[in-house]
Amino acid sequence: MSTPTVEKHSAALDAAEVGGVKLITVTLRIRRFNPEELPDPVWVDYQLEMDPKERVLDALNKVKWEQDGTLTYRRSCAHGICGSDAMRINGRNRLACKTLIKDVNPEQPITIEAIKGLTVLKDLIVDMDPFFQAYKDVMPFLITSGNEPTRERLQTAEDRERFDDTTKCILCAACTSSCPVFWNDGQYFGPAAIVNAHRFIFDSRDEGAEQRLEILNDREGVWRCRTTFNCSEACPRGIEVTKAIQEVKRALVTRRF
Amino acid sequence: MAADTNETLVVPSVHAHTGQGLGTGNPADAFVVEPPRARTKKTPRRTRTNFEMLAWLFMRLSGVLLVVLILGHLLIMLVLDGGVSKINFAFVAGRWASPFWQGWDLLMLWLAMLHGSNGMRTVINDYAEKDSTRLWLKTLMGAATVFTVLLGTLVIFTFDPNI
Repeated sequence: MSTPTVEKHSAALDAAEVGGVKLITVTLRIRRFNPEELPDPVWVDYQLEMDPKERVLDALNKVKWEQDGTLTYRRSCAHGICGSDAMRINGRNRLACKTLIKDVNPEQPITIEAIKGLTVLKDLIVDMDPFFQAYKDVMPFLITSGNEPTRERLQTAEDRERFDDTTKCILCAACTSSCPVFWNDGQYFGPAAIVNAHRFIFDSRDEGAEQRLEILNDREGVWRCRTTFNCSEACPRGIEVTKAIQEVKRALVTRRF
Repeated sequence: MAADTNETLVVPSVHAHTGQGLGTGNPADAFVVEPPRARTKKTPRRTRTNFEMLAWLFMRLSGVLLVVLILGHLLIMLVLDGGVSKINFAFVAGRWASPFWQGWDLLMLWLAMLHGSNGMRTVINDYAEKDSTRLWLKTLMGAATVFTVLLGTLVIFTFDPNI
């Protein structure tokens, strides 16, 4: 269910794939914001020669290293695991390191902007503190009672399977910053926090499910969700986010988890 | 999730920097989204009630019931027995002589009004930008709901066919 990476396929690019490296001219239209320079954000166009099989992150690196060193964005692992480089590419939240240039219609300018709903600090960098605050508020750690076992806490493969989908979250904020409820109401926990609560609520080894459910039962909890499915669509890990939120809702109604 | 490219200026990369230094000098002039989840004095207190859950459940259950009630209502009023042309004072009087149709209409009135106003409540919560606007809109909507529900209930129970 993750964002389809192929937007428009072109015959010219297919030809490029067959042969060796064939560079094409790509325009990156980046929404830049530097409050020390201009009070409002501006779209800046950058032209570069790129192999269409490279990633959008490579294009950003090329701009930063060769054209304008003041361009600011986050990236760490560059392989879709650290969750640093979530951004809006052509109007959809994606990881720049998992999006190939040929898949986002390079014949048009590729628009790149910061994820929405969070305070932009500079260019593509947003203040992630509120996002992680919501994450911390659902207590994303194992809660148990009694003595510590001397070995691993075992569980069956079926018990593990129950929450397998939500263990994949990399906290990139692509889901939360694609949620229209979160855009309007910053107090909402957001999909990412609920996904990570789900990961522990449905863990057979964990005993804090009641507490987490009570936190998410609040005015700004799961009931704010409108099942818009933007989060499921945006998740670069393919987590069925909306389904996880619905499962938490059902657990709240039936008290079975 | 469409790209809203029209609202801001597009500039070529050679003009990316204004060279103006520190802008207007006033950070308040900068275009900044208010940080979400900020804990301020106005942050709503944590509630310990199930109100949101019950409201959510009510929407699901009343929705299912309303499908039956409203489709049945439309069928009777618009399709069966000559359709809309048969509706007149005598037709309404005849229906409301039966406690079954009184109950049907009463249930439909209450469920539809509460379902609709709860839906409007979430819309207002989403779209009102100021707390005072939100409060006023919700107050007005609540008053309208109470008025309509009470008036309708009064008419159903005090309807006099010999008027």
